[in-house]
Amino acid sequence: LTMLPVGASAATVDELIAEFTGGADMADTGVTLTAPEIAENGNTVPVSVEAPGASAIMVLATGNPTPPVGTFNFGPLAGSRSASTRIRLATTQDVVAIAKLEDGTFARTSAEIKVTIGGCGG
Amino acid sequence: MAEGVTPRVKVPKKAEAGEVITIKTLISHPMESGQRKDGDGNVIPRSIINRFTAEFNGESVIDVKMEPAMSTNPYFEFDATVPEAGDFKFTWYDDDGSVYEEVKSITVG
Repeated sequence: LTMLPVGASAATVDELIAEFTGGADMADTGVTLTAPEIAENGNTVPVSVEAPGASAIMVLATGNPTPPVGTFNFGPLAGSRSASTRIRLATTQDVVAIAKLEDGTFARTSAEIKVTIGGCGG
Repeated sequence: MAEGVTPRVKVPKKAEAGEVITIKTLISHPMESGQRKDGDGNVIPRSIINRFTAEFNGESVIDVKMEPAMSTNPYFEFDATVPEAGDFKFTWYDDDGSVYEEVKSITVG
């Protein structure tokens, strides 16, 4: 497995967040990230995001070689501002979700996920 | 084109007008991350689906930008509002330029 040390990509995470928010402040509430505390298999970790009133939610894996995971953009026919998917995590790390709300504000949350077997190829 | 790419989508066959329904999608795809190496130590080039969209009668439900951290066989679950009868169209965009589509009709009433 090829992995960067924890925190090696922190600047990149900050840059990605700044790009998404334009440097705006982020509220601590308003977005929910649901994920297991312990993921035995880092190749497929189920995560769900939800942020009522969001137009977009970005997910970042701060401990992956490349932190971006995906961005969910909700259209006019979205039945809720939520989505579930499965992601790869290289190692135990914080996963961050940032919601862009329709009123122009942003909300941030994070969750630590402990990974037993890394999902970073090999 | 990645081989054996097969989309699978679960959409109810009917709904009430204005009802919110849950949709599940899965597409078989290796999602090669560009982080792995082969037996000789050479990096295997990235080859992923980089975007997924769901539309209903031409109007957007969800549009997802996807990165290599999305798992093999990408799975999505999300909700859609069904204002009238019509067609859901699901589209996956591959790094190699391939586009995979699936259409599911839904009736109202």
